[in-house]
Amino acid sequence: MSGARPGRLEAALRAARTRGRKCLVPYVTGGLEGWEAAVEAAAAAGADAIEIGIPFSDPVMDGPTVQEAGDRALAAGATPAGLLSAATGLDVGVPLVVMTYYNIAHHMGHERFARSLADSGIAGAILADLPLEESAPWTSAADEAGVETVLLAAPTASGERLEAICARARGFVYAVGLLGVTGERAALAASAVVIAGRLKEITDLPVLVGVGISTPAQATEATTVADGVVVGSAVVRRLLEGEGPEGVGSFVAELRRALDGAVSS
Amino acid sequence: MGMTEPTPEGRFGDFGGCYVPETLVPACQELDRAFRAAWADAAFRGRLNDLLRDYAGRPSPLTDCPRLSAELGLRVLCKREDLNHTGSHKINNVLGQALLAERMGKTRLVAETGAGQHGVATATAAALLGMDCTVYMGEVDVGRQELNVFRMRLLGAEVHAVTTGSRTLKDAINEALRDWVATVERTHYCLGSVMGPHPYPWMVREFHRVIGDEARAQCAELLGGDPDVVVACVGGGSNAAGIFSGFADGDAELVGVEPAGGAAVGRGTPGVVHGSLSYLMQDEFGQVLEAESISAGLDYPGVGPEHAHLARTGGARYENVTDGEVLAAFELLSRTEGIIPALEPAHALAWISREREALAGRTVLLNLSGRGDKDVDLVMGLQE
Ligand SMILES: Cc1ncc(COP(=O)(O)O)c(C=O)c1O
Repeated sequence: MSGARPGRLEAALRAARTRGRKCLVPYVTGGLEGWEAAVEAAAAAGADAIEIGIPFSDPVMDGPTVQEAGDRALAAGATPAGLLSAATGLDVGVPLVVMTYYNIAHHMGHERFARSLADSGIAGAILADLPLEESAPWTSAADEAGVETVLLAAPTASGERLEAICARARGFVYAVGLLGVTGERAALAASAVVIAGRLKEITDLPVLVGVGISTPAQATEATTVADGVVVGSAVVRRLLEGEGPEGVGSFVAELRRALDGAVSS
Repeated sequence: MGMTEPTPEGRFGDFGGCYVPETLVPACQELDRAFRAAWADAAFRGRLNDLLRDYAGRPSPLTDCPRLSAELGLRVLCKREDLNHTGSHKINNVLGQALLAERMGKTRLVAETGAGQHGVATATAAALLGMDCTVYMGEVDVGRQELNVFRMRLLGAEVHAVTTGSRTLKDAINEALRDWVATVERTHYCLGSVMGPHPYPWMVREFHRVIGDEARAQCAELLGGDPDVVVACVGGGSNAAGIFSGFADGDAELVGVEPAGGAAVGRGTPGVVHGSLSYLMQDEFGQVLEAESISAGLDYPGVGPEHAHLARTGGARYENVTDGEVLAAFELLSRTEGIIPALEPAHALAWISREREALAGRTVLLNLSGRGDKDVDLVMGLQE
């Protein structure tokens, strides 16, 4: 951690962990109808941080649900600047993290994108197609602006690679739970617990598993090892299917109860 | 100046790199190591050369085109990649990658395709080596290149019509990448052009270098030296990179021809999609624009990073032509030389034809990257 003081995102997740609580981070596609209210509903239902997706035309790490949400948001006129200014108005009391693809940041310019995240009150950023080796121009701008760059760690990485990723990650380490893109799965992949365990052995940063976590039971199973979970497609699908912010709120509450129950039992 | 190796990070000047989801980084690194080792291994090169000769039919001829030349007032030579097995230059790269995949212990190939030529070539190599094969193709392209879809299925490949986005090449690449993210342990992504993450732009160019090396020797024999101009169409840019690489250290002028509706170099700005930083047609927010071209093989909003570098440094220049000019060139070559070209290389001829006054009296080498059988239906429909 090169002695840096933890940012807001890392601090919030560490605090939850210290209290014996498993971290819950729902993902909502920005610009989708009802997204702002959905973010607020997720916060009220017990999220520890919330990811806001800035849609990109070519989301290669996303499955059909998040793709469709992004397409709808773009068709409705979503823009990076528009979403960030809307995020400024959200009063949720938990850290917000933007998730998008590198070209959005590259096109706006690293410094400008980092500053506009910070100015909008966004604590962290995840760029799904920006691996460690290519990340320096972005991370230096993000560090400077006080934006925590969360890095992904996948089952395909060697131990040495996981160490390098953990050394550069800020906020939390995003453990990719399976080989594949985002989307709901019938069962938790065995790889989810394995990658979380490998990461927990080498880092003290919060380790959250994402990709393929879609039910309370899967979230509970993953957090037998991981510090928390990221839940995306299962949240977004509820918005796509018209369940609205209330549907998101009650689903997040259900996840919250499952995670809390698992801790106290 | 020559076309040399990129940096170890895969940079050609300011362009290139390896921008992929974390899951794929180790696979790209493994591919880089495997390609370096194979390319330095005489046994691998020998096996590939044998296949290129005995299976693909190389060397491809260099054809002098007297009737076309007389009509245009300049001398046109065609490098006949249309005569390769499967009908285009794509087979050079595919045989190389399939052998490499086999050497790496992979048992399945996944590919994207636009015109279907790369898909057909990949399905062919998979059949030859007994590998599984899945090809992603945009729904629009499935409709306009039906013959190639049938061919791929005949060859034993699974063809998926991609219904997202513009439903063309760009979206087929997205889908192929998503497949690879999920199957990377046993699957090799057989990318069809000099694009994507490192090492693809370099590796694919090296597998196509044979076009330029042969053409240079053939020109030396026929002309006693290099031609004045070397022209090739540019989608991702593999046939252009292949022929350019044979001449890049000489004096011939190198010209890449893009479709007006997919002119990444002509109209793009630097951006990152599909693994590399290059020129890209994008909107003011960095969303990638949809290309629009009559030619499915060039209907792509990006371009390989080495071409971006050549454009920026003046090593080659890039022009673009309209669909109308392309159709006229398609007919011109058919009528004057009895060669029906694919719509893709018809772009290169369209530029030559438009610039014939400026090129008067000069010798121009055209990379005839593929044959036109696949396009006859479409052109017939347009003429009705
Ligand atoms: C005959 C032919 N030429 C050219 C291309 C374009 O590819 P590239 O620019 O990589 O040569 C294609 C692609 O499908 C093709 O089929």
